[in-house]
Amino acid sequence: MTTVSLNVNGHAHKVEADPETPLLWVIRDDIGLTGTKFGCGVAQCGACTVHLDGQPARSCVTPATAVAGRKVTTIEGLQSRAAKAVQKAWVDLDVVQCGYCQSGQIMSAAALLEQNPRPSDQDIDHAMAGNICRCATYVRIRAAIHQAAGQLAA
Amino acid sequence: MHPLMQAFREQQLAEREEQALASLVAPRPAPAGVTRRTVLASGAAGGLVVAIGGWLPQDARAAAGQGKEGAAAKAAFAPNQFVSVGTDNIVTIVDKHHEMGQGNTTGLATLVADELDADWSLVRTEYAPADAKLYANLAFGLQGTGGSSAIANSYLQYRTAGATARAMLVAAAAEAWKVPAEEIRTSNSVLTHASGQRATYGEMAAAAAKQKAPASPVLKTPAQFSLMGRDGATPRVDSPSKCNGSAMYTGDVKLPGMLTAVIAFPPSFGAKMVSFDATAARKVKGVTDVVAVPEGVAVVAKSTWAAMQGRRALKVTWDESPGAALDSDALLAQYRELATQPGTPFAKPAAAADGKPAPAATRTVEAIYEFPFLAHAPMEPQGCVAWLHDGQLETWAGHQFPTFDHMFAAKAAGLPLEKVKLHTLVSGGSFGRRANAWSDFTVAAVNVAVAIKGRAPVRLQYTREDDMSAGLYRPLMVHSVKVGLDDAGKVASWKHAVVGQSIVSGTMMEKMMVKEGIDPTSVEGVFPSSYALPMMDGQLHSPSLPVRPLWWRSVGNTHTAYVMETMMDKLAAAAGQDPLAFRMALLDKNPRGAAALKLAADKAGWGKAMPAGSAQGLALHECFGTTVAQVAEVTLKDGKVRVDRVVCAVDCGTAVNPDVIRAQMEGGIGFALGALYYSEIELKAGRPMQRNFDQYKSLRIYEMPAVEVFIVPSNAAPTGVGEPGVPPLAPAVANAIARAGGPAIVRLPFARAGVVQA
Repeated sequence: MTTVSLNVNGHAHKVEADPETPLLWVIRDDIGLTGTKFGCGVAQCGACTVHLDGQPARSCVTPATAVAGRKVTTIEGLQSRAAKAVQKAWVDLDVVQCGYCQSGQIMSAAALLEQNPRPSDQDIDHAMAGNICRCATYVRIRAAIHQAAGQLAA
Repeated sequence: MHPLMQAFREQQLAEREEQALASLVAPRPAPAGVTRRTVLASGAAGGLVVAIGGWLPQDARAAAGQGKEGAAAKAAFAPNQFVSVGTDNIVTIVDKHHEMGQGNTTGLATLVADELDADWSLVRTEYAPADAKLYANLAFGLQGTGGSSAIANSYLQYRTAGATARAMLVAAAAEAWKVPAEEIRTSNSVLTHASGQRATYGEMAAAAAKQKAPASPVLKTPAQFSLMGRDGATPRVDSPSKCNGSAMYTGDVKLPGMLTAVIAFPPSFGAKMVSFDATAARKVKGVTDVVAVPEGVAVVAKSTWAAMQGRRALKVTWDESPGAALDSDALLAQYRELATQPGTPFAKPAAAADGKPAPAATRTVEAIYEFPFLAHAPMEPQGCVAWLHDGQLETWAGHQFPTFDHMFAAKAAGLPLEKVKLHTLVSGGSFGRRANAWSDFTVAAVNVAVAIKGRAPVRLQYTREDDMSAGLYRPLMVHSVKVGLDDAGKVASWKHAVVGQSIVSGTMMEKMMVKEGIDPTSVEGVFPSSYALPMMDGQLHSPSLPVRPLWWRSVGNTHTAYVMETMMDKLAAAAGQDPLAFRMALLDKNPRGAAALKLAADKAGWGKAMPAGSAQGLALHECFGTTVAQVAEVTLKDGKVRVDRVVCAVDCGTAVNPDVIRAQMEGGIGFALGALYYSEIELKAGRPMQRNFDQYKSLRIYEMPAVEVFIVPSNAAPTGVGEPGVPPLAPAVANAIARAGGPAIVRLPFARAGVVQA
């Protein structure tokens, strides 16, 4: 066991954990933020996506010890204008069905728009390829990203 | 149509004729009972913790669903088990169905709110406790969600609940204002009278509670609907919480002192545990217990990761001999052989009406189809929280069939039903997985709680691998079809053998559903089908295997639609006819099917010129009372397929929430396309070879076609939309591939045929 220091959503946390513990379980079990989901444990589905210094990362395969000194953002901590536009578009278009993957989808989409405010369909394909939605809400995910981009440009 | 749904629709029509609507809701107060109330409150870290309230004389609704405290506490007026109005003017609607993404929370609330003339922004929803008396699915007679029945079975019941509440509010206002009830208007949760009197529902709630419920509440005519069928009127009630991370699923429940368990499940089907060595597992920091349970060996720990690490360190010896012979390829060979043998008849050729023999077949078209086992793979792996305390059991999970889960949880805990309380949370998908006659994950969690003697609440977490390896698959199926065409290109004979496990045999549903040896879910879609095929000679074989079969979004239609609709194209080609015209000739007794097919074909521009390598394919299928037709446009490039566009027409009767219907069609299309491309659980020596999304691939955003959905206008009673969007997609795509010059694919998934990147 070791003491892991993390900065999550702007708050400093110190957690006693096995050094190999994935960030996902520290966020969920120790810090108590449950919006980040467990889907596959092998970085295949994207349900666990968080931001590390603004870049999307799969928290299920990221050791918590590897994020020391970096800013972790979860769905609960989204603040940027792009992120808010994404969440609003998601609600406006009723993208969600079961909703379980959507924290991860929104994290990937927000990171995309922060770096590329007017993404093409190809850009969206590329940025969102790591996020599975078994309800297949992909038509609306694409539409919502375009809508959020439009709002940011307005 | 599904036999259960058929019976239900007949009953529903009869009920409507008798105007016995009041019988669909139970007047309050509910049957006497004191329910322990559990209050969920925000924890310091933003997660949810559960604080325990005292014993309160309160109906069970306060503890249901997402556990919102406010509504029921302030419910001054609760005329029945489905709706209450608070002094704060909030209308709370109790959803008796399980929300797995289909949108029934929004749909059922729409039914009540429309009849109640409630302001949609003041509507809140909760999930019902396990109580089959109050919350049965009227199509099943027990509490459960499935068969795309949530809106269909609730349509009159929930509208009646709302109309009853409205009538009592109006009666209260009439009494208070001393005016005739007929002169009172209701809109957006406000009562008004021409005299200038005005009151919100909240202000009138206490007085309404003193009114007598109307014996015959009057329902609106379709022209009077204010929310139903109106685009934009009823945004999904679960969107905000699912877009900010606050929606609570099973894994998000936190109880004081709660432990987490994972189970070392058998590695192959039929395997038995011989022994286990927990020495190393117990040394993992955080592991508190390693205990044998009927499902395997449970490792219990203070954190999820510790439980997983403990399981990794655990040594279990299994006897895998019982399932050693289980092999998908061998099963397919056996099933193909069985298909040549006489089975149990599910369709017998009708004698020609005029006594003359049917026209002789001059050509035959035949094919053998093979379908793999399929896992549901909902995004949220299975799990359940179980807490034994004070001589009672509480569970938190995505209880899709509360009546089964309640019964089996009580049995596992050795408690009477009244000492077992289920808290149903939203699920991260199901596609059939969470509704099973064994209540597998609920029982497993209770078994762990019992094994640690109720020392702490315990959350059982399945990993993706646990979930995908657990069986409960869409069964492996083989169809063998031989169709004769006469000189005019008309169907003269149809021999059809179906081989595959029965889903309902051996379960509590067998008695209700299996008739004369036929499990209707094995053959639905072949018999009955959308088409008039009185010459069909159908034989069913239902072998047993040590792998539990289960319904998978659209059940038997997952394979029957593919067979029927690709056969239709093969037959049309053999007859030298257009696939649309060929089908239309067989649909003269199915005007709904013909209309949906024509609508999809018209909107897609059926027959238009397509670029080289591209083609359209169409398919029609009816299930759960809903008719769906789809036209797929595909492009073949370097032997690989891309689906560019799908045009979908759906006739589901009255469209309660048009946008939810569109969403279910879009999602059904993507779900079906992913399965068509990639999905297969392959068994070798009894072990499933695909255990996570790296092997069991799922559709991704770059493979999703554009989708256009058209809803057939209708005032008929609504039917379901959760499943019916799935079946037509695969045959429409297969037909398009064949028309584009690609192979005719009879073994799924497509990855086997090399037309998608495996």
